[in-house]
Amino acid sequence: MKELLIVDKLHKTFKLSSKQQKIEHTSDKVKTAVGGISFKAYEGEVFGLLGPNGAGKTTTLRMLATLIKPDGGDALVDGSSIVNNADKVRQKIGFLTSELKLEEYFTPNYLYDFFSELHNVPNDIREKRKNEIFTLFGIGKFAEVKVADLSTGMKQKVSLAVSIVHDPDIIIFDEPTNGLDVLTARVVTDFIQTLKERGKTIIVSTHIFSLIERVCDRVGIIINGKMIMCDTLENIKAGQSLEDRFFDIYKETVGEEV
Amino acid sequence: MKNTIITILKKELKRFFSDKRMAFTTIFMPGIMIFIMYSFMGDAISGMVSVDDEYVYKIESTYMPESIRTLMDGAGISGGIKDVDAEAGEAAKEKISRNEDELDLYIVFPENFENDIAAYDSASGNKAPEVQVYYNSASTESQTVYKIFTEMMDSYESAMTNKFDINHDENVKYDLANEKDAAASVFSSLLPMLLLMFVFSACMAIGPESISGEKERGTIATLLVTPAKRSHIALGKIIALSIIALLSGMSSTIGTLLSLPKLANVENTGMETNVYGITEYLMLALIMLSTTLLIVTLISIISAFAKSTKEAGTYITPLMIVVMLVSLSGMFVDGSKTELFYYLIPVYNSVQSMTGIFSFDILPSGMAASVASNIVYAGIGVFILTRMFNNEKIMFNK
Repeated sequence: MKELLIVDKLHKTFKLSSKQQKIEHTSDKVKTAVGGISFKAYEGEVFGLLGPNGAGKTTTLRMLATLIKPDGGDALVDGSSIVNNADKVRQKIGFLTSELKLEEYFTPNYLYDFFSELHNVPNDIREKRKNEIFTLFGIGKFAEVKVADLSTGMKQKVSLAVSIVHDPDIIIFDEPTNGLDVLTARVVTDFIQTLKERGKTIIVSTHIFSLIERVCDRVGIIINGKMIMCDTLENIKAGQSLEDRFFDIYKETVGEEV
Repeated sequence: MKNTIITILKKELKRFFSDKRMAFTTIFMPGIMIFIMYSFMGDAISGMVSVDDEYVYKIESTYMPESIRTLMDGAGISGGIKDVDAEAGEAAKEKISRNEDELDLYIVFPENFENDIAAYDSASGNKAPEVQVYYNSASTESQTVYKIFTEMMDSYESAMTNKFDINHDENVKYDLANEKDAAASVFSSLLPMLLLMFVFSACMAIGPESISGEKERGTIATLLVTPAKRSHIALGKIIALSIIALLSGMSSTIGTLLSLPKLANVENTGMETNVYGITEYLMLALIMLSTTLLIVTLISIISAFAKSTKEAGTYITPLMIVVMLVSLSGMFVDGSKTELFYYLIPVYNSVQSMTGIFSFDILPSGMAASVASNIVYAGIGVFILTRMFNNEKIMFNK
């Protein structure tokens, strides 16, 4: 299998203000958000990053999406380095996170066209893709409604549609079902399955066990900026439920204070 | 990839123009407001200094000779004359000082005025007969009739001892300043400042919204994960903002030009306002274009640095004060500078060039230097803005 994503000892630190130092009871001026994470994702698989809040999942994904630069290490996205060839990486990935907002003033239809143009998608292909995804997500009815007037679930579906206008081979989802009702969450989960069936490589970060169990082939567990374990879902579970297994691993790593 | 600039540009313009309220308040409102305000100011100013044609001046006088009364008839101020005794003088002065429109003027002649002036010899060194005129400078009517009366008396006096005249022939034009120059001096002192302020306030209204606003709402990040080049995003935004700022500036300028005749009280001064030709307007357009690009770039950089639109507004204020002070400099300096160096100082070069254009003595090399240097500065600004878009600490500093 082709290694479509190779993450090599990614490192990211943030400066702490003196106030933050007090809150965290530390005299360190920098906080390590991601401390040398490495993993690989193969073509056509869904790779899950599992970890508690603040473990460094989002920071890792933001580095992969070239929104922020790593302090050390590198990652190759289909052969392009996120450090030296960020422009190329941006053409190859789709990135969905609640942090990326759509301009509320515009309609889904306009935004889809706008981002297609930024990705240099030819008009005929754009119309075909738009029709397909708007039908799949039921956006069609709301195509000319300003994003501001859409429900949270519909906004998330539009964000999802817009993030993959260029039909990328690697799609990065940061907490894709957060804040969604069960119906919309289901649509998103099903869509991840569909993408996988089409041979896309998907990186998904979440702290929701059921999501991992439903869609992921392999899982990396991140705690305190470190990759604690990285293996197939079956090997990680080792016969237990993922939830029980995760707590065991967490206790081994951090100690009893869960 | 060049069409990324166009894509961003179109999006910014669509965002602006399809929001009718925003488009109206930024583009049409300034022009309309300025027109109404300046017209009103012009009317108010001329209303303050002029007296209604129908007004009958209330004058009291003591010992007024018939000859003067005839003269006052001729000057149209005799309608309300009342003769009073010398003892009533104090009461008259009292009425004038109260400024309640009871009395505008109190005139006291010597008892035998006509005989006195006939007998007076200016070579004798004696005190000349005196006419006392009491008035109130705080009252427009009193002030006006005082002026009419004293001028009338002056010409009466010179008519009696006429030895020579100055500029007597009404058919000869003695003031050799042409109307073009008169207008030029008014325009060149006022317009550079006004134009700069209009463009600056337009930029200030839209720049922070487009850049800090997108940062604040998290929509800029969505743009930044696309392969669109940062420099293209920066250019697209700056061009779009410049177009809007220019439109707004034009609206304000049209408002000013339409109301200027009223503001400058053209009817009374006979000033010609339509003195500029196509060359002047073209040069002006060039200067305004390059200046707008520069100002938009400056404001964009500040906005990219700020965390929110509110913060951007705070940061822009000092820049506004500087631009305001520099643009005021045009009002106090006579004519434009001839040293090329001055045309390389941002903002000041625009003021100098505009002063030159409006007063018909533009230095062509200075004008070229201004436009070129503004474009170079804007280019440096775009480069800085691109670097800022690439800097995660600036783009994601929440």
